[in-house]
Amino acid sequence: MARVKIDNYAVADAPRLGVRGWLRWIWRQVTSMRIALILLLLLALAAIPGSVLPQWPQQPGETKAFIDNNAVIGPVLDKLGFLDVFGSAWFTAIYVLLFASLIGCIVPRAIAHYKAMRAPVPAVPSSFARYEPSGREETDVDAATAIERARKELRPRAGWLGALTGYRIRVDERVVRDGAATTSDGKERRELAMTADMGHIRELGNLIFHISLVFVLIAVGAGTLLTYRGQAIIVEGRTFTNAAVAYDTFSHGSGFDPADLQPFTVKLDGLDAVFEDNGRPKEFTAHVTLQEPGKDATQKDVQVNRPLQVDGAKMYLQGNGYAPVFTYTDGDGNVAFQGPVVFLPQDQVYTSTGVVKVPDVTSGEQIGLKGTLLPTEVTKPGGSVSIHPDPGNPVIYFTAYTGDLGLDDGVPQNAYQLDESQLSPVRGDDGQPFVFGITLGDTVTLPDGLGTISFDALPRFAAMDLRADPSLPWLLAASISMLVGLAISLFATRRRIWLVAPMDTPTTVVEAAALAPSHDGGVEAALDRALAATSGRVPDADEEDE
Amino acid sequence: MNDLQQLSAMALWGACVLYAIAMVAYAIRLSRVAELKGAAAAASKGAESQATVSVGTSHTKEGAASAVADAQPTGGKAGASKPKATTASAAIGDQKATKALGIARAATLVGAVLHTVGVTARGIEAEHVPWSTMYEYTISGSLVAVVVFLLVQRKRDITYMGAGVTGLATIALGLGLTVLYQDATGLQPALQSFWLVIHVSIATIATGIFGVGFIATALQLMRDYRDSEPKVVSNRFLKVFHDPGVRVIKGKTFRFLEAVPTPKKLEALAFRLNAVGFVLWTFTVMAGAIWAEHAWGRYWGWDPKEIWSFVIWVIYAAYLHARTTQGWAGRRSAWVSIVGFAAIIMNFTVVNLVFQGLHSYAKA
Ligand code: HEM
Repeated sequence: MARVKIDNYAVADAPRLGVRGWLRWIWRQVTSMRIALILLLLLALAAIPGSVLPQWPQQPGETKAFIDNNAVIGPVLDKLGFLDVFGSAWFTAIYVLLFASLIGCIVPRAIAHYKAMRAPVPAVPSSFARYEPSGREETDVDAATAIERARKELRPRAGWLGALTGYRIRVDERVVRDGAATTSDGKERRELAMTADMGHIRELGNLIFHISLVFVLIAVGAGTLLTYRGQAIIVEGRTFTNAAVAYDTFSHGSGFDPADLQPFTVKLDGLDAVFEDNGRPKEFTAHVTLQEPGKDATQKDVQVNRPLQVDGAKMYLQGNGYAPVFTYTDGDGNVAFQGPVVFLPQDQVYTSTGVVKVPDVTSGEQIGLKGTLLPTEVTKPGGSVSIHPDPGNPVIYFTAYTGDLGLDDGVPQNAYQLDESQLSPVRGDDGQPFVFGITLGDTVTLPDGLGTISFDALPRFAAMDLRADPSLPWLLAASISMLVGLAISLFATRRRIWLVAPMDTPTTVVEAAALAPSHDGGVEAALDRALAATSGRVPDADEEDE
Repeated sequence: MNDLQQLSAMALWGACVLYAIAMVAYAIRLSRVAELKGAAAAASKGAESQATVSVGTSHTKEGAASAVADAQPTGGKAGASKPKATTASAAIGDQKATKALGIARAATLVGAVLHTVGVTARGIEAEHVPWSTMYEYTISGSLVAVVVFLLVQRKRDITYMGAGVTGLATIALGLGLTVLYQDATGLQPALQSFWLVIHVSIATIATGIFGVGFIATALQLMRDYRDSEPKVVSNRFLKVFHDPGVRVIKGKTFRFLEAVPTPKKLEALAFRLNAVGFVLWTFTVMAGAIWAEHAWGRYWGWDPKEIWSFVIWVIYAAYLHARTTQGWAGRRSAWVSIVGFAAIIMNFTVVNLVFQGLHSYAKA
């Protein structure tokens, strides 16, 4: 079966000398199908190390350990970019070249396609000898009727959509091409030749696909520039003001200026956490009041899969826990600390840990407390444990420290850990570190005149994750258009069917042939239908039989 | 063991055994048909040399069945002693081939029914769609391959693929039940999503279709190598592999290849399957990105599983280009698609088991 050759961009001729000639030659190489193919294969190959070796952006800890454990090969691989494959120069080079090739390929093809769409349907070739499938049909109607019947059978459709999806038809009356041009008595022999051409939509789909691919890359690139994300913890009853400094962590692409953040506020009115009796989480809902500048405050519910939409970003409820409220009164009787402290849950039953840091004591050393919260404490032979995440019987166990908290060193500190290097534990009368439990509403007096601490309330907190990537809708649109273009380009048929009927003969013998890619399984059936129509025969039923 | 679990395992073992039987029967049928074709060719040669009998004036249809049909009138008309003998043995072979085909078809069909029962029971037992662990993915993916084969079979005769497809399914089920088996467990929260159903079911279907395409391509390449003149290899090292390779592929064992269609037709079939697979795979990757955006807050993070999905996608894109590139159409592009299928197998074996990443739940 004849194949349609689509590779219009293979290198045609050898380069001429001269700079321009060379440049043109290089460009033609880059945009050739063969290079595109090799670049694709290289891209696949180059991606693989990223799945085998630890990668800096994904697993910094393991990557560092890998380099430490492989003293020789580790640093070499790191230098060569194998530990950050998708940021490496060579990976970038491959896909930049590929997309250069792609664009260099699309532009001429789009122009050629536009011209082809407007160009008339090509005429029937002179000889069918090279083409398969082919066939012939004898009919007793004249050539014009026969051709008209075939035309009807193939149902050309009008309009540009018809031209895209159906057959476009061209009929010529001409001197007989295949065979003697004149009869024995010197008269000119004439024939009707019809082309039915289908398949522009295939090329169109292919172009849509490749162009969408470029847009996918643009959207991804724009996304990395314009994205920002931040994590914040809001305690019940408190208000969060949107600003880069207010987040516990905040990161953004180089195209985004954190000053552009809209200063909206989010007040956490309440957080409902529903657990089943066995402690399995059922539902979390954060009730918030959103106040955007210049707008009325609105009340919203945020759930795990239902983020809050604000300022072009989404605020996800990422986690929750307890933030017990303490009051610490120092040895001089002054309130040195009062407020909620976030305790991070460590397990399914919300056994949580946190630290209270009191730098501003009136006199003496700074105080630090390390605590473990048991929301529903029960005493078991092995010690105290929590049996449910709800605050059924909340108890916090503390160890107290005095000394220097290290807050003045200027080194940013983890709010959830105590730097014990310059601290010493407070000891009880027995000389052992002083460990005490405190229940909700209780006040405990620390030894050595270190003051008192009370556990006043147990609100919950919500961990919110704000994310914005303005490219996402564009990325989705480009991806969908890519998928649609691909489906069209792979499933639409491209074929040409030719019929030739000699005129003024006693019986008309219609000759036919078709041109289609070898995977077009329907072309024979279409050819047969057209032929059968000329004589009124019932076409062969076995459509798909190749 | 509860009842459902037992039912599922028994049904799947049954399917596995039936597929094995079907594979053997398909193989027997294929080699018989190949023998008949050889005999028919010999007979028609003999006929042509002895008498001028025109054979098959109109369409000379290809395919085993018509070759068998042609063989008898030819032999009969020729009426000479030698072709007659061939015809007699051909008739016996024909019977055997038909019988083998009957067994193969029945075994495949019943196997597919049991396979469906097994997969469904597993889904009911686990209380979620049966494709969230490697074991489930294997049993579901192989079911898709068999169903695709049966569906295509209804439209066109691809009996010659039967041995390959049922063989693949036998191996997949056997490995699944012995090596990969895991008891059903509840789903992790990250998997409790509409996108799991979409993403993984399309991935499973795509894998099944690529699998059938792979069989077609493998047959295409084998037939191609058998038909063509072997290249002369001068490199002494390569010779060690090349020469025995040529001997084997041209030898008696691979005679069944004469009963499969020409490389060109197999190429066309493989392309259609791979094209459908590729569109579905594209969708799989997109749905996966949407799911990741929902679940992890980023649509793409070069997780090992994502890397391999990407690699597979790019390899099959390369295959589609290779088909239309001069010098790559035919054999070389076929090899590219074989590599693509190898990457699919990698993706859900080695990548699941060895490389860690967010997708590693598939292990548990
Ligand atoms: C970014 C990388 C690329 C990808 C992922 C890609 C993907 C594809 C796919 C999936 C097809 C199959 C559609 C079909 O067979 O009709 C295709 C076809 C095609 N591609 Fe690309 N392509 C890429 C780059 C290129 C480049 C750089 C060129 C130009 C040299 C190119 C030229 C073509 C042509 C001419 C076809 C049509 C082949 C045919 O009709 O069978 N592609 N491409």
